[in-house]
Amino acid sequence: MNWQDKANATEARLHRQLLEGLAGDARAYHGFLDALGKHLRGYLRRRLTQLPDEVEDLVQETLLAVHTHRHTYQPALPLTAWVHTIARYKLIDFLRARSRHDALNDPIEEDLVVFAHPDTDAADAKRDLETLLQTLPARQRAALRMTKIDGASVAETAAALDMSQVAVKVSVHRSLKTLAARFRGPA
Amino acid sequence: MNTDAFVAALARSATPVDRAAVTRRFRVTLLAAAVLSLGMMLVVLGPRTDWRSAMDLPMFWVKLAFPAAMAVAAFICLRRLGHPGMRLGGGPVSVTLPAVVMWLIAAAALAAAPAPQRAGLVMGTSWWQCVVLISMLALPGFVLGLFAMAALAPTRLALSGFMAGLFAGSVAAFAYALSCKEMQPPFLATWYLLGMLVPALAGAAVGRAWLRW
Repeated sequence: MNWQDKANATEARLHRQLLEGLAGDARAYHGFLDALGKHLRGYLRRRLTQLPDEVEDLVQETLLAVHTHRHTYQPALPLTAWVHTIARYKLIDFLRARSRHDALNDPIEEDLVVFAHPDTDAADAKRDLETLLQTLPARQRAALRMTKIDGASVAETAAALDMSQVAVKVSVHRSLKTLAARFRGPA
Repeated sequence: MNTDAFVAALARSATPVDRAAVTRRFRVTLLAAAVLSLGMMLVVLGPRTDWRSAMDLPMFWVKLAFPAAMAVAAFICLRRLGHPGMRLGGGPVSVTLPAVVMWLIAAAALAAAPAPQRAGLVMGTSWWQCVVLISMLALPGFVLGLFAMAALAPTRLALSGFMAGLFAGSVAAFAYALSCKEMQPPFLATWYLLGMLVPALAGAAVGRAWLRW
């Protein structure tokens, strides 16, 4: 089942639960809010990666908005359209209020924030790869670099390095094996 | 409060919702706005004295149809704006269409008139009274329109405020059209439209704060 089918199944289930809830079935309504909270958490967390501590507050805020405005749901409309519009409205409202707050408040340590979380991961990873490649014999290294990093085909690599295609394949295989062994053991 | 407890508390407080009553209240509120504007016109200004003979003129009906069409279009937009997930669709087009048609009629009238009379066709004899009185007659509709919208769940606040104001302005213009004697299309296309836009722009200005939820 792909994600659209899953979303459609959720839509059908929540739609039924909400309508039963609107008619006064507290159990169905509880199920609806519970499931909706989980979806909202996922939706909001993906959009508030910078502010993980605010996600739960906003989930509750949105659930409350859905609850107090449940009379505006038109059963003929897709539930997703209704919920998404409300969630987006609450998210934008939150971000707007926050940016206003930030504009009015100038924390004294703000400039320091730039140096608070260095992010060197990407650069380090590349250097490690280079270090590791340096340990291979020159021909193996060239074959591996061309086929696996530069994305050349085996035939192209063979022509460029003046090797047979079989030799390229064997060489790549061996170098990967060497690297894997070295990577697992004490490098 | 953790979210599970919060959800449980919300679910316990859930009472059955009468959706038909919500729709009815929305309609009644906006109908009351129109009735109040008409009532204000009758009490404060009175209908035009020559209304019997005026009814024979096609322009009398055009003058009523223009704000009436705007009011209907604004009402439809309001309903859609108040329900999250509903698309506006042709709403904005149907709101501008009456104004465009009125302007075409006005342009034809101006083209047909000899040049020295054109300014008089636009200005009439009561241009500022028209704008001021329409804005005044729109006051009850303005408050009720925003009130009706606040009871729904608008997510585009400035646009919702604009439409609520436009609805109030167009029912006010309809009421005022029964009192005012100006019949030239260029006058209607200019000052009636302006009179409707004053509450609409005011609605857009206050909508963001008043309609927030």
